[in-house]
Amino acid sequence: MSESVVDIQGVTRRFGPKTALDDVSLTVPRGVVFGLVGANGAGKTTLIKHVLGLLRAETGSVRVFGRDPVADPVGVLSRIGYLSEENDLPGWMRVDELIRYTRAFYPDWDDTYAEELRQTFALDPAARVKNLSKGQRARAGLLIALAYRPSLLLLDEPSSGLDPIVRRDILAAIIRTIADEGRTVLFSSHLLEEVERVADHVTMIDQGKIALSAPLDAIKESHRCLTLRFAESRPQPPVVPGVLVWEGAGQEWTAVCRDGPARLEEAANQWGAQIVAERVPSLDEIFVARVGIPASAVAEE
Amino acid sequence: MQIHITTSDGVPPYLQIVNQVKYLVASGRLAAGEELPPIRVLALRLRVNPNTVARAYRELETAGVVEKRSTTGTYVSYAGSPLARREKLRIVIERIDALLAEARQLGFDAHEIHDLVRQRDAAMKPPESEK
Repeated sequence: MSESVVDIQGVTRRFGPKTALDDVSLTVPRGVVFGLVGANGAGKTTLIKHVLGLLRAETGSVRVFGRDPVADPVGVLSRIGYLSEENDLPGWMRVDELIRYTRAFYPDWDDTYAEELRQTFALDPAARVKNLSKGQRARAGLLIALAYRPSLLLLDEPSSGLDPIVRRDILAAIIRTIADEGRTVLFSSHLLEEVERVADHVTMIDQGKIALSAPLDAIKESHRCLTLRFAESRPQPPVVPGVLVWEGAGQEWTAVCRDGPARLEEAANQWGAQIVAERVPSLDEIFVARVGIPASAVAEE
Repeated sequence: MQIHITTSDGVPPYLQIVNQVKYLVASGRLAAGEELPPIRVLALRLRVNPNTVARAYRELETAGVVEKRSTTGTYVSYAGSPLARREKLRIVIERIDALLAEARQLGFDAHEIHDLVRQRDAAMKPPESEK
């Protein structure tokens, strides 16, 4: 028995002519916060729908807690707390009805915890879901995703379009979940700042393919942002392997590179350029360098 | 304990915690024997992964800045002086470098700055300091 909570191997998914997922493999180990990042339409939601068993793997395999989520939806879904951007709660229900209704599905439902969350989130039990503000609706969704202490908390763009205070609640929920021994969080987001705060492992998806997947620490350690000052003004920067993107003008050019700074340092020497600044880029900068730029501008291999 | 985490400058969050705790200890805002918040509490307050706080505490422990006491918690260590000294030095050197860089820009040399520092130091001494 492996310790992985989610195990996806070689999954490809097409919608008509569009390839939404292209031979995607990833493993989410137990007890980590796993961040899934990618531009809109990169395939994050499609991937999450496979984990939930809402889509059947056309090729490859999906296992969650060692089970096939399509063949055994009860065994899988009873252990997942799920919140999506769409957050399609039944609008006609009152908050207390929503809580009672959801509770019926989960033997492990914790009434005390549910009530604690309801109070923390200041959710009026008599309010109709459809009359809640967007933020309160997200909190209601969060409550029913958390109150049975799921083994896996699965959040699909949970913070999208929400104010900072609700986003703070969502981050706190992620942190509390992981702080409880052995539980796991898989969340997708394009708020890289939040991912950088809470993720242990980051997977970047670009056009259905995994562009980068590694522990956040390793990603941060392998990427560097270097500013070079050339002796003379240059119309464009030199081509150096490992440099993902250049930015600058004239004599000063800044590169984001992968695999450490060594190759660029060597190249700088050769070009008679001085390295005037070196730092670790933010996840946001790494993401933009990795997937935000047309492939033609990247000096590969 | 006031710590601020930013993700805009690329410094890993655990290192920001390490640096800021060192700074707080060196500047006396965290006293020897003072207890640091539990990992989970600080993680929630800073909105970072608990593993990040755990890693920061481990590094601080290795560096001798804090010590774990059996099961109770993490405390600022009493024996942290050599590092605190080094850390204090680092803080001052940073300021001096910034001063020198600006002074050079404005056309002062190190000798003039040296004299000015003495002058200012004399001027700063409160007149009723003969205690």
